Amino acid sequence: MVAAGAQGKRLDRRKLFGDPIMVSTIAVLLIFLLLFILYPLATLLVDSVFSRETGFTLDVFTRVLSLGRFRTAFTNTLQLGLLTGVFSTVLGLMFAYVDVYMKVRSRVMKKLFDVVSLLPVVSPPFVLSLSMILLFGRSGLITRTLLGIYDSEIYGLKGIVVVQTLTFFPVCYLMLKGLLRNIDPSLEEAARDMGATRWKVFTTVTLPLLLPGLGNAFLVTFIESVADFANPMLIGGSFDTLATTIYLQVTGAYDKVGAAAMAVVLLSLTLVLFLIQKYYLEKRTVATLTGKASRERMLIADRSVTRPLTILCTLFSAFVILMYVSVPFGALFKLWGRNYSLSWVHFEYIFKYGGIRAFRDSFLLSLIAAPITALLSMIISYLVVKKKFRSKALIEFTSMLAMAVPGTVLGVGYIRGYANGIFGTGLLQGLYGTGLILIIVFVVRSLPVGTRSGISALRQIDRSIEESAYDMGANSGRVFMTVTLPLIKDSFFSGLVTTFVRSITAISAIILLVTPKYLLITTQINEFAEKGKFGEACAYATILILIVYGSILLMNLFMKTFGTSKKIREAQKNG
Amino acid sequence: MAKISKGVRLEHISKIYRDPKTGRDFYAVRDTSLDIEPGTFVTLLGPSGCGKTTTLRMIAGFESPDEGEIFLGEEPINALTPNKRDTAMVFQSYALFPHYNVFDNVAYGLRLRKLPKAEIDERVRRILSLVEMEGMEARMTNQLSGGQQQRIALARALVVEPGVLLFDEPLSNLDAKLRVSMRTEIRRIQQTLGITAIYVTHDQSEAMSISDRIVIMNAGEIAQTGTPMQIYYHPDSAFVADFIGEANFLAAQVMGMENGLCRVSIDGREALVETARAMEVGQACQVVLRPEAILIGDKGLLPCKVELSCFMGSYQNYHVRAGDTLVKIADNCPINKKIYRVGDEAWIGFDKECAHLL
Ligand SMILES: Nc1ncnc2c1ncn2[C@@H]1O[C@H](COP(=O)(O)OP(=O)(O)OP(=O)(O)O)[C@@H](O)[C@H]1O
Ligand SMILES: [Mg+2]
Repeated sequence: MVAAGAQGKRLDRRKLFGDPIMVSTIAVLLIFLLLFILYPLATLLVDSVFSRETGFTLDVFTRVLSLGRFRTAFTNTLQLGLLTGVFSTVLGLMFAYVDVYMKVRSRVMKKLFDVVSLLPVVSPPFVLSLSMILLFGRSGLITRTLLGIYDSEIYGLKGIVVVQTLTFFPVCYLMLKGLLRNIDPSLEEAARDMGATRWKVFTTVTLPLLLPGLGNAFLVTFIESVADFANPMLIGGSFDTLATTIYLQVTGAYDKVGAAAMAVVLLSLTLVLFLIQKYYLEKRTVATLTGKASRERMLIADRSVTRPLTILCTLFSAFVILMYVSVPFGALFKLWGRNYSLSWVHFEYIFKYGGIRAFRDSFLLSLIAAPITALLSMIISYLVVKKKFRSKALIEFTSMLAMAVPGTVLGVGYIRGYANGIFGTGLLQGLYGTGLILIIVFVVRSLPVGTRSGISALRQIDRSIEESAYDMGANSGRVFMTVTLPLIKDSFFSGLVTTFVRSITAISAIILLVTPKYLLITTQINEFAEKGKFGEACAYATILILIVYGSILLMNLFMKTFGTSKKIREAQKNG
Repeated sequence: MAKISKGVRLEHISKIYRDPKTGRDFYAVRDTSLDIEPGTFVTLLGPSGCGKTTTLRMIAGFESPDEGEIFLGEEPINALTPNKRDTAMVFQSYALFPHYNVFDNVAYGLRLRKLPKAEIDERVRRILSLVEMEGMEARMTNQLSGGQQQRIALARALVVEPGVLLFDEPLSNLDAKLRVSMRTEIRRIQQTLGITAIYVTHDQSEAMSISDRIVIMNAGEIAQTGTPMQIYYHPDSAFVADFIGEANFLAAQVMGMENGLCRVSIDGREALVETARAMEVGQACQVVLRPEAILIGDKGLLPCKVELSCFMGSYQNYHVRAGDTLVKIADNCPINKKIYRVGDEAWIGFDKECAHLL
């Protein structure tokens, strides 16, 4: 046999290069990913083990590792990730189980579940810290006004775990819901048929089948928790995590090299978790839960089971909603804790001092980043799913890698990588401190999400549809614009909005890179909250939630009117 | 159709794939050479996994051959991308664009060629009338039946006047009746336009009824090429004989050649049989007989015992045992003939033109 497929590979390559649009797209993509994901991360690594004066050295690591502050932060981070991961997974499982397995009569329940899973999406990832302070803090509505507790202590591990759990468990709920739906009911019926109790069925059939999925959910939350910057910042008090310590190392101690070394540690942590999650657990999840359930599931109607669980879920949802609702009230009450009369003073204040600018800047930058990310992620998914070329694996891996990189790490990477230009040469130095670098950060941060949904949308399209366009004479750019993109329009729009939402609510990487030239809503919230001006922070947060919710409504409206699915639905109705 | 259709020539084409399970390389297509005349209808026929689709996709340009060269007309096209090749493919799944209506689907290729609007309208209209789909221009593709979708897919491929039309099992999603009428339709259109067509199927009656030439493939290689009649009555190998229709194999021995015919001995009884090759005296061989070529009666060449007798409508189906060999017989128009029952003794024979020696 000839060298495996040598001529075929050569021809494939020639065909690829015969298609200039394709080649330039791949080139641009590679440059973008190398420059804005791999290069900054590599810089961190180089920075922490190499200095111009001494050459290769582990001094920085030794110094950082011997810092008591750093060690505490490290154990704190692990502790936090573990607790948040476990609580979120368990809560998510309970919600998913009730949703998929129980006969829930009231429509309100279903609605409640939807709201609870939507809230964390539409709000900046740290509003719950604000609510926590408002409700349970020293002058908290519940602790002080209702219960008369004057020395309530929520700052620290306890507070962060509660806030993070409430923020992240809906992700687990959605993930596990999808998996539970895929369990073939006949498996459980078989066990039940052989005489197992419901509890026995749950522990011997459902749970084992779900185990890789649970691990998956746990790790995803763990990574989120470890990477979270804003919540520990707001409500951590003296409880520092790696993310906040890195931030303080940059902004407080002005030790950028030390911060780089710490960032390497944090990155290694999330990266390992990410690799386990992606390459080990995700595969096993798919392997154990293949395909669709063969039949509708007989829902559990037994009151003794459903009642306690639904009550628990309802109470919980009510609590989550209460938390979110307290934010707009925090903005409307004159002085939280003292004077609960309604007033616009906080809104007036923020608009007098930079509010308009903050909204304009945040809005504009996110609005620019959104279409770029959406298009970029669709192109990446297109290449990954439909094309074969050598650097494909690199492109896919790098764009997914961004998911495992905490914002703080990326921020430090950009500082180290771009403050003095690339490799300290001054090349592209102009980028640093501009709005452009903020846009790039937005793009990079949202790329994995867009790419993931793009890939799953593209996998649904029959390969031959695009091939027939190609066959009839369209070049790859044409095929993408006239066939692929229209077919994944829905996914494209939701990618657009998701990116916009993620960008306008982002803080962790941005806070390190933003200069006084730009005022951003999220950094403003952080600033006011730090100063204890919760009214203003809540006012900002309220408007932000309204913007985000508005864009999601707009998206749904748009998809209903123009979406592909709508067109096809209509066609079926008429046909 | 204005354009002259083109011939296709494959010269020692191979395609190597890696088996994802074992990680080993294997030939999906191996050292295949084929010369297709312009304007002919050639069918690639073979069992599942024998490399038909792979061959077709190499001609279209979606896969690159690992060995050999493909010519379209006189032009080598190995390095051309699919959009630069003068081929048009009709897919098994039709692959109609779900976001376009019928007209836009058919006009897609013409618009790529930047033709004036009036010409596009005219050509789409003409091709739609050829496939008998006028008046459906505004329908979305999911408002069409399977057969109609197939016609639109065909129209979309035809309208660009390709040098070669490629079909990958275009009818396998249709029900049996529609399959028969659509294949006649495809053949009619192909002949009207005089276009070269390469057609992949694993339905042998489809292959028989529409092809000028059939290419039988087996495990990545060509087993035999020929007209349907040649393939059916003069298979080159037991594989081809068995794959195309049903075949009976009778073990025999060559006794000698007599003016182009071969005298063989079957179970000690001698008969004359046609043969394409020269055979050596004493050589062991097999006589290939189609079920309908065997005559069953009260006298004949070989005695046999009936093991199955079954009325099928247009013929009576027998399984009889002659010596150790099970022989299948299709006896046409049974109403005029004697019907043998299970357990009956009978004799079988054959005309020398209908037998074939391997
Ligand atoms: N992309 C691929 N990677 C690896 N192996 C492949 C690939 N495509 C096809 N094969 C293998 O190559 C062989 C030939 O496949 P091909 O699709 O050409 O068969 P076919 O004759 O069209 O069969 P069918 O009648 O079932 O459509 C099969 O063994 C198939 O599993
Ligand atoms: Mg095939």
